[in-house]
Amino acid sequence: MKKLYTVLAVLLVATMILTACGAKPTAAPAEPTAAPVEPTAAPVAIKVGQVTDLGGIDDKSFNATAYAGVEKAAADFGITGKYLESQQQSDYAKNIQQFLDEDTDLIVTVGFLLGVDTATAAKANPDTKFAIVDYSYPDCFGDTAVEGQTCGSASELSNVLGLTFQTDEAGFLAGYAAAAMTKTGKVATFGGLEIPPVTIFMTGFEAGVKHYNTVHGTAVEVLPFTYTGNFESTDDGRAFAESFVQEGADIVMPVAGPVGLGSAAYCKESGSCMVIGVDNDWTVSAAEYKDIVLTSVLKNTNVAVYDAIKMIVDGTFKGGLYIGTLANGGVGIAAVNGASPELLAELEKLTADISSGAVKVK
Amino acid sequence: MTDKTVKDTPSGKQDKKFDLRHIFEGSYSTLLPLLAIFTGLVIGAIVIAATDATVIAAWQNFFQAPGAALAATWTSIAVAYGALFGGSLGSPAEIFAGIQTYFSTGDSAAFMKAIYPITESLVTATPYIFAGLAVAVGFRCGLFNIGAEGQFFMGALGSVFVGYSFSSLPAIIHLPLALLGGIAAGALWGAVPGYLKAKFGAHEVVNTIMMNWIGFRLSDWLLNGPMKSPGFRPVTRNIAEAAELPHFFPDPLRLNWGFILALLVAWLIYWLLFKTTIGFEIRTVGANPDAAKYAGVNIVRNFVLAMVISGGLAGLSGASQVLGVDHWVGQGFSAGYGFDAIAIALLGKSHPLGVVLSALLFGVLRGGATRMQSLAGIPVDIISIIQGLVIVFVAAPDIIRWLYRIRPAEKHALQSRG
Repeated sequence: MKKLYTVLAVLLVATMILTACGAKPTAAPAEPTAAPVEPTAAPVAIKVGQVTDLGGIDDKSFNATAYAGVEKAAADFGITGKYLESQQQSDYAKNIQQFLDEDTDLIVTVGFLLGVDTATAAKANPDTKFAIVDYSYPDCFGDTAVEGQTCGSASELSNVLGLTFQTDEAGFLAGYAAAAMTKTGKVATFGGLEIPPVTIFMTGFEAGVKHYNTVHGTAVEVLPFTYTGNFESTDDGRAFAESFVQEGADIVMPVAGPVGLGSAAYCKESGSCMVIGVDNDWTVSAAEYKDIVLTSVLKNTNVAVYDAIKMIVDGTFKGGLYIGTLANGGVGIAAVNGASPELLAELEKLTADISSGAVKVK
Repeated sequence: MTDKTVKDTPSGKQDKKFDLRHIFEGSYSTLLPLLAIFTGLVIGAIVIAATDATVIAAWQNFFQAPGAALAATWTSIAVAYGALFGGSLGSPAEIFAGIQTYFSTGDSAAFMKAIYPITESLVTATPYIFAGLAVAVGFRCGLFNIGAEGQFFMGALGSVFVGYSFSSLPAIIHLPLALLGGIAAGALWGAVPGYLKAKFGAHEVVNTIMMNWIGFRLSDWLLNGPMKSPGFRPVTRNIAEAAELPHFFPDPLRLNWGFILALLVAWLIYWLLFKTTIGFEIRTVGANPDAAKYAGVNIVRNFVLAMVISGGLAGLSGASQVLGVDHWVGQGFSAGYGFDAIAIALLGKSHPLGVVLSALLFGVLRGGATRMQSLAGIPVDIISIIQGLVIVFVAAPDIIRWLYRIRPAEKHALQSRG
């Protein structure tokens, strides 16, 4: 036992020394002693860094699409773009910090899970510009919200641009197309989680089907919404598609990232259904399934990110909100597989009507 | 001279003092892991160079300009490993300059910036130490706990639940309670396979894997249901400040008391395994269950106990991450700490000191990966490759012996001489 006390005592002393070391710098004012003198004459390449969420850079979804925007901007404007992948949630702050250390001009963070860390970093570094995909500030609502913990910021941040998308407008078109193309009179959609960035696709889809019924006097049915509860399991995607087919649906729109590839695989093997891709054009990103992809609801994160970078290049960057719509090309649908000329004409007119406000998607 | 005497000490006397001899029993048993690490890094370097477009281009012109090819290869590797170790250990010159600035001007910013990389490596090493110990305790009892990942998740959920459920407890009660919440949840997750093994002979490998899946899906449900914070994000609420493991430095430095706790617990596990009857029984069961049973050791009790301790440690690992770093739990909370822990326990020869050293190595590799990814453009996955290679070489020491022409009989020769 005596030895135990000795070791405990040593550890205690060691920790006290450690904390003492830690306490001192805390008390010291963290003021920069001298402002670094920047050579203003030579033009320095603008640096853009993207922090992915857990999906990684090759998620065939918004991380990949957003980075396509960075790469296009690099080609067009000569900026330097790079990315950091997050493997766990504690990486978000760490990766943002890495870009801050490198004096990155624009930090693009992808996904609502980075909402709090992005706002915290943006407030601490007002000179650095940020753009966050699928999120916007202020995000602190209600009594339980604590700034910097459960939400990012109670006020709008002048150096953060939130990139959001009216994907219900594009989902509406996809629903309309699905209603026109179904042979069984039943279509279905499911999500990864019941959260706004997901459900907005689904409600738009449903509204589109209903609009088709109103216009054409049909009775195409949308099966009740369900959720896999995750964005990973392709097995879930397969199982969900299978059960929808058993319930009589022949078109499925999975809104769950890579989960949807499981649905596509089932449809391809069984030949009993078609899928509607989301986020990007699946005939390109998942080309092996292109025969059974009816269309894709495009969320053009690349366009939004590209525009944000362009604003940095032009010096017109302002914090606030970017909303991608059918009108500005932020959202859209891909070519509809096997569509008749009449349907294409209807979809084109519908696009114009939604943009002008003549048709409401909600 | 002292080295020689250490080596020549008969192994029977080595348990008496707390010293390095357990892990450094003869230079032989440390040599192999060190060579395994070295070989892993060398092959990792080859992979880095072989996947670099400029290097490949340079090698295509090898016969025209062999020097350029070699130079490109060298640059590629140097940049990558330079960023890796610069990003995990920091630069000593900068740290020294930071200290000087602090004492001359009172400005700590430069110092903080200089020590950020190494503190981040220690932050990453902290959960690795706990989780590595968890798997090591299992190994010592002859149990292969592949369920550390699930226990890690449950521990995180247990501690975050205690962390946010109380709002006005003082830290001296709340923090230990939150840690206990993590330990209890992890221990429960470990106890089930332990009991099934002891009572029904169900293999713990199968059952711990199954418990992982139950844990993952349970956490999916909890995060979208009962434990979900207000708002749409599928994450828990933040823990109360009183439940946080205090940080040593101001933000963005995240080094916290969890690291000290990890070292303390490592010592505690050493003491438990090698200085107590409980530990002796656990190790006896691990060495030979039949002999242990014949000697009157309660096998059932020891299987369950070892899995409870193992699960509790894995749970504590999750708790340290929540209470020290994240303060909330969302999906994809872990980057596979529980699985890496198996590698750490193997590399550390299931000895607490070995586990701590292996965990520090993994912390350094993981900590520097961010910078390597950013500065050298190398995917973080290369770290997993290096880790995997190290484990292959540790698990198959004959490869290392063959590579470096090490004769295997050294140990026996010593004994027969004695």
